[in-house]
Amino acid sequence: MTTLTMTTLDPRSRAARRGMSDLAIRNLFIIPTIVFLIVFNIFPLLYSLGYSFTDFRASTNAPWNFVGLENYRTLLNDPFIWNNFAITAKYVIVSVTGQVLVGFGVAMLLNREIPFKGLITTLLLLPMMLSMAVVGLFWKLLYDPSFGIINYALGLGRFEWLSNPDVALYAVALTDIWMWSPFVMLLSLAGLSAVPKHLYEAAAIDRAGPLYTFFRITLPLVAPILMIAIIFRTMEAFKTFDLAYILTSQPTTEVISIRLYKMAFQEWQTGMSCALAYIMLVMVIAITNIYVKYLNKVKER
Amino acid sequence: MAHIELRNVTKTFGGKAALKNLDLEIADGQFFVLLGETGAGKTTTLRIVAGLEKPDDGTILIDGVDVGGWGAAERDVALVLQQYSLYPRYTVRENLEFPLKSKIRRVAPAEIQERVERVARTLRIEHLLERKTDRLSGGEMQRVSIGRAIVRKPRVFLMDEPLSALDAKLREALRTELKRLQITLGATFLFVTHDQVEAMSMGDRIGVLDRGRLVQVGTPSEIYARPTNTFVARSVGSPPMNLLDGAVRDGAAVTEAGFSLPISVASAHEGRPVTFGVRPEHLRLDPEAPAKARVHDIEDHGVEKIVTLATGDAFVRLTAPATQHPRIDESVGFSWNPEKIILFDRTSGRNLSAA
Repeated sequence: MTTLTMTTLDPRSRAARRGMSDLAIRNLFIIPTIVFLIVFNIFPLLYSLGYSFTDFRASTNAPWNFVGLENYRTLLNDPFIWNNFAITAKYVIVSVTGQVLVGFGVAMLLNREIPFKGLITTLLLLPMMLSMAVVGLFWKLLYDPSFGIINYALGLGRFEWLSNPDVALYAVALTDIWMWSPFVMLLSLAGLSAVPKHLYEAAAIDRAGPLYTFFRITLPLVAPILMIAIIFRTMEAFKTFDLAYILTSQPTTEVISIRLYKMAFQEWQTGMSCALAYIMLVMVIAITNIYVKYLNKVKER
Repeated sequence: MAHIELRNVTKTFGGKAALKNLDLEIADGQFFVLLGETGAGKTTTLRIVAGLEKPDDGTILIDGVDVGGWGAAERDVALVLQQYSLYPRYTVRENLEFPLKSKIRRVAPAEIQERVERVARTLRIEHLLERKTDRLSGGEMQRVSIGRAIVRKPRVFLMDEPLSALDAKLREALRTELKRLQITLGATFLFVTHDQVEAMSMGDRIGVLDRGRLVQVGTPSEIYARPTNTFVARSVGSPPMNLLDGAVRDGAAVTEAGFSLPISVASAHEGRPVTFGVRPEHLRLDPEAPAKARVHDIEDHGVEKIVTLATGDAFVRLTAPATQHPRIDESVGFSWNPEKIILFDRTSGRNLSAA
């Protein structure tokens, strides 16, 4: 079937003179990618699925046994794992909500004629372009109780941002909001500038107040693209590792990825950690699907 | 309903003057049409009245009150645009309800329902009420957009070429409908168009705009019969008025196109270079006439024929009754009604008889 849709090779081209057919050229381009995907993605994925049904430990040479669904049963009955999930959920909600509010708000502010608009937008995008590890190290300094600039600026004295177990998760979320709000802002800005100006004029003529205009015109028109931003950010926040790992090591900030890392590379429970990774994968797919369903509904309206 | 007055309004966009010292008065309940070409400042005038644009200079009065500092919402006007501007993702009903649901007015739900239904009946869109706006045709969309304007009972209706994007047949139908609507509502309409047929057929009064200046204001028949200058003469009437350069000698018009015919007006303009203006219906084919020309083109419209004559290097258009049968390239004689010739100054284009 694919050959039918392909354009045929120009008979005068160099490739044709070397006796290469359309099919040969297609394979030349596609096979390396497919090989790469199989070796580095599909194979480990399936291999780890196999491991998740065993008690294999990568740290020993001891023979491994097939344990069936035992790993999954243990994990799903483990209250500590559920606690990790609860922490992750809290983190996702706080961080994504914060990003949407800040990002969309800034986009609303930028969506008008202001001097140096392009420069301001570019500068606002900078946090997004930094490396996670760098951001983590920066914010660790900013949050420092004795010489951090945040405590100095807010006059909080020696407030413990990262070692206070009640605050640490919010501190990590705050860093994430700082870093990723620009992403939401960028997408919102694209959505906002696509709203035709004459609709706002019509609404002004129809004597709609600013709030009414926002909820009846702006928001419904920006909703689909905002949904996409939320999907991306939720997926990312769900699998957050580096930021939380670098910033703090409180038990209250042990999101599921950190638990997984510890299980796999500190406790060397390879089989068990593979099972956990699969549970996470299923969860991310499920959440994304809910969003996509909702997105399609929003688009249809 | 309301009386609108613009005094000395000037508006520039980036150094380019869109309106120059515009004075305009629209009486209560009048259907006023602003006619002009693209870029003449029609839409700017409309937007200034609506409050979407602030004039650089001059005052706007609605019912005698200076509304210069008021926003669009406070002026209580309705605006219908060429691009419909319906609210997407809503049904026709929701679109019609929109202006009534705003917090400023607080209309009771029962009344909203009643008014929406009455408007839908007037515009014959009842069967579309539950449909999403992106599933409508152009004509239906424009009806909904007009409906959204009338559901509110505003003081003034502003329409910016609302019919331009529609096909000819629909345009004609909506034209009649709009006019009927204006009469039933007794509302003040300011209607902007570049289409002289629309202007002539709908307007109680027409204002002709030329590059930001109002050249003439009058009833359609005034504008048609006594244009103040050659610009107005050219922009109103189809086929347009014939304009021929020439001079008056011994009570006759001597044209540069090479023919000479008598005129009855003003011997005061003897010898002066003028432009003669004559409507096609005031010319006729006449074998006895001294003026001769070759038939260049014939458009048969059934009830009448529009005949284009070539004389010298000029073309003259006249309407002939269906009973006459001139042939292309035939040499014919023609004459005109000497009473109906309008003299314009050659350089300024001003109507000399009006002065």
